[in-house]
Amino acid sequence: MLLWLLMAVPLLAGGLLASAGRRADRAAPVVAVLVAAATLALAIATAVARPAVDAPLLAGIRAGLAVDGLSALMVVTVAGATLAVLVFAAGEAELRTARFAGFILLFAGAMLVTVTATTLAVLLMAWEVMGAMSWALIAYDWRDPGSVRAGHTAFLTTRLADVGLYVAAGAALAGGVGSLALAELPAATVPWLHVVAAGVVLAALGKSAQLPLSFWLSRAMRGPSPVSALLHSATMVAAGAYLLLRLVPLLEPTGWAGPLVAWVGAATALLLGLVAMAQSDLKQLLAASTCAQIGFMVLAAGVGGVAGGALQLVAHAATKSLLFLAAGAWLVALGTRQLGELRGAARRFPLVGVTFTVGAASLAGLPPLSLWVAKDAVLAATLEHGGVVLYAAGMAGAVVSAIYSAKAVWYVWQPAPAAAAAVEREPAGRVHGAMLIPLVVLAAFAAALGVLPLVTSGALAVAPAPAPWELLLSAVLAVVAALVAWRIGAGIGEAAPLTGWLGLERAAHVVLVRPTRALAEALARFDDRVLDRSVEAVARGVGAAARALDRRDELSVDGAVRRLAAGARALGRLARRPQTGQLHQYYAQAAVAFAVLALLVIVVR
Amino acid sequence: MLSLIVFLPAAVAGALLLVPGRASRTTFIGAWIAVSAADLALVVAVWLGLDPAAGIQFEERTAWIPSAGISYHVGVDGLSLPLVALTVVLFGACALFALRETRRVKSYVTLFLGLQTVSLGLFVALDLILFFLFFDLSIVFMYFIIAGWGHGERGRAAALKFFLYTFLGSLALLLGFILLYLAAEPHTFDIVDLTAANPLAGGGAYAGLALLAIGIGLAVKTPTVPFHTWLPPAHTEAPATGSAILAGILLKMGTYGFVRIAMPILPGSWRQYALVVVLVGVVSVLYGALVALAQTDLKRMIAYTSVNHMGYVILGVGAAGIIAGTDEQARRLATTGAVTQMVAHGLITGALFLLAGVLYDRGRTYDMGAYSGLAARTPLFAGVFAVAAFASLGLPGFAGFIAEFQIFTGSLSSAPVPTAIAVTGILVTAGLFLLALQRVFLGPERVPDAPGTPRPFSDLHASEIAAIVPLLALATVIGVLPRFLLDVIEPASRALVELVAR
Repeated sequence: MLLWLLMAVPLLAGGLLASAGRRADRAAPVVAVLVAAATLALAIATAVARPAVDAPLLAGIRAGLAVDGLSALMVVTVAGATLAVLVFAAGEAELRTARFAGFILLFAGAMLVTVTATTLAVLLMAWEVMGAMSWALIAYDWRDPGSVRAGHTAFLTTRLADVGLYVAAGAALAGGVGSLALAELPAATVPWLHVVAAGVVLAALGKSAQLPLSFWLSRAMRGPSPVSALLHSATMVAAGAYLLLRLVPLLEPTGWAGPLVAWVGAATALLLGLVAMAQSDLKQLLAASTCAQIGFMVLAAGVGGVAGGALQLVAHAATKSLLFLAAGAWLVALGTRQLGELRGAARRFPLVGVTFTVGAASLAGLPPLSLWVAKDAVLAATLEHGGVVLYAAGMAGAVVSAIYSAKAVWYVWQPAPAAAAAVEREPAGRVHGAMLIPLVVLAAFAAALGVLPLVTSGALAVAPAPAPWELLLSAVLAVVAALVAWRIGAGIGEAAPLTGWLGLERAAHVVLVRPTRALAEALARFDDRVLDRSVEAVARGVGAAARALDRRDELSVDGAVRRLAAGARALGRLARRPQTGQLHQYYAQAAVAFAVLALLVIVVR
Repeated sequence: MLSLIVFLPAAVAGALLLVPGRASRTTFIGAWIAVSAADLALVVAVWLGLDPAAGIQFEERTAWIPSAGISYHVGVDGLSLPLVALTVVLFGACALFALRETRRVKSYVTLFLGLQTVSLGLFVALDLILFFLFFDLSIVFMYFIIAGWGHGERGRAAALKFFLYTFLGSLALLLGFILLYLAAEPHTFDIVDLTAANPLAGGGAYAGLALLAIGIGLAVKTPTVPFHTWLPPAHTEAPATGSAILAGILLKMGTYGFVRIAMPILPGSWRQYALVVVLVGVVSVLYGALVALAQTDLKRMIAYTSVNHMGYVILGVGAAGIIAGTDEQARRLATTGAVTQMVAHGLITGALFLLAGVLYDRGRTYDMGAYSGLAARTPLFAGVFAVAAFASLGLPGFAGFIAEFQIFTGSLSSAPVPTAIAVTGILVTAGLFLLALQRVFLGPERVPDAPGTPRPFSDLHASEIAAIVPLLALATVIGVLPRFLLDVIEPASRALVELVAR
């Protein structure tokens, strides 16, 4: 009951708000915050009570929800991030609408279902609803064609990956897992097991914006900052990482899925870290860093480090939502998100600046903040199960994250330029009080969540725990890298392929979008000019044949009938001639006839 | 009971013919709404009284032409009742939508009432000749609706094409029925008797020919690629209500024929040629989706998505015929999904066509390029259209997903590669609906130029809301709480799967 309530409260409230229209705008922010608070309370309650419920859905497939250790961590994180984002959004004038609040709540509700689902069917339902809500939220400013296209990119890219989950569901059934229960998936028979694993991996990598599907996250920056904060922290991209962490037992028996996932994660952590380093737009920098940080979670799943990955997920959720909200606060106040124009932003709004710096320091992996602990938990598992090369790649990714974090902080603490900044939108000049509360709270979490391993146990106990030398090594590397970056400051290069996110989106257009649309055009022409015309040609042929018959055969057939009639008429004329009406002639005719008959009788006998 | 449901609309249509044509519009449309409400109440009663596990119920059987083995035989089970319910719901929605119709309302309403009787009759018919009669009459009524209330001269041309093409298909169907009749001993047209007798269990060329004739007849009506080219012009030129009924009900007559006639009466041949059916389904899915993606005319686009959606149904019923290497649960899922898809498509595409009618009513064109940013002027219209579009692209939470997920999941084990290819159809439909939303509703505001004074471009009217929103609400209920529907369909599809496997 508690669990149904946890799902129903945000989903129903969100659905009602989203369909209420502009009438509800005035009340929406308050209602949404109250609903989010209630959801958080319910989430904490379920995290303690660990309930499990289920209901019949399809034949042999049930709709199951349950909260275990991993899910408990997730539901609280999701509900907390949602509350923070909604409080923040209440301070932004453009977002005080029922539509925004409704979609955020639906989005959060879908994520809550995703992280508690026990069968693939329910998981897929929530998973796709989340994708649709991300479309609606990214394209929130629907008058702007760029935002709408960004929404399309996000939805279509993630749905491309979702095809994997559909296939995985069918393959699970074919492999003998008729219930589609997540826990039973590893028991699927070969070769279906491999199909299930491939489908799940594709879906998770797409949702998590891992290589090579990272580009949609860059486009998604057209959406409002609170949307980015939610999308990049506890929901959407985190869902992919969560799914992989949840299904680690599925990856292991395939043999190939674990290493593949680990390498994709490590490559994303490193390459997208470099992309982040090259950005001149604060939100783009943070977006690329999201891909990179999620890469660590994916890496953790690949090497079986569930606890480390989960820790990284939670710590990153707090850190990244904080950073996006801070960037959003500056965007509202100063009207820009370009790093060059944000010089002095932290000095002008010191509370935002300090919280941002705490978040960036955590992102950089500086001790003793949360991501430092989390990343080392991931890397310890990598060293144990993935080998030295993978460990080194991960460590390189960690160093890069220190560099881009330091770069962002360096800009915002520089003295403000004398000239007025070039703005993208009308600056409000101030930061609304509602925005500051979530910043401070999230900063506290971003700093302190590193203590989480001390309280977790069971499946979430960090094992292997990072050795002291590993913690020391990563701390030293992070500090040194950050210091070096700080020295170089604005000099950190902006190489073309890196600023353009490795050209991935263009590649997707060339490889997928354009051929599909060309094929569609060609088929449409074929449909009109060949298929439809040939049907019409058949009809015309029938008409022409009818006319030809009418002209030729109809004349001859009709002529035969007419000739027959003429013959009959001639015979009639002939037969009329004896009918003279004169009695003596009839007698003569009768006499002749009898004579002939008599003759006939004689001859025949 | 069933006869009452079927013939109530026709009886009222007969009574309305006696009312002088100058009576007010609301008399006629009010009568239509009342009939639909009464029919709906009766169907709800049947639904509540139906025991899904007990096969065909509410049977009525009277001798009709006993010398030829033809009887008036009707009844419902879990396969037909959802479609009967869909019919009364969709006709009711069209009746409400028709409140804004002003042209020759008397004949309009009587034609629709006649079509309602014919549609209901087809779904309860248990005799091949009765089925064929309703099948053909539906074409006749729809011909007059398209020709009389469509868009001018092109409307009449499209109506003629529709009539001739689908009539030709129905002749193939009749040929197949006669082949079945001759094969059965004693000769009969009764569907229940034929199913029990399974006269062509041995397979062979004769059975193959019967399946081919029936298959082509139903494929034209469904329609599947390559027999679909009558559909886009018919939809584009038909009035909104006509399009909604054509897509929502008439197309289902084809797919319903597969589950009611082709699969249970010709199980051996169905299994033999199941892979062909699957391939036709997959081609329809992808071809329909891709051609729809290239359209600039909103109504043509929706028409092609129907080809796509019906392709899923064909995929599902085809996969249910592939026995080797599959378990029964998979085949049951595929069959249930196919029937669910019929209902889902009827509700969602019906709503979409009514919405397209709203667009035409305001802007006098279906060309998506003529509009932009309508969300600013008509937020409600934009919102409802967006919901319908997402429902149609198979978003979970709506009925379409429940159907497609079952079809995919159930079909993958029997036809892995075709099904995996068909799944990508959901990506293309997502793309095309997003494009349509973007072109018409988002971005900077623009409406078509009207000669003279600017035409008011109003948001949805009350009658339009009353017609469209319940359809989408029902699609949402099925999407979130599907059990009330699946509890009815599942026992019937289990029985069907067993019939196919015998």
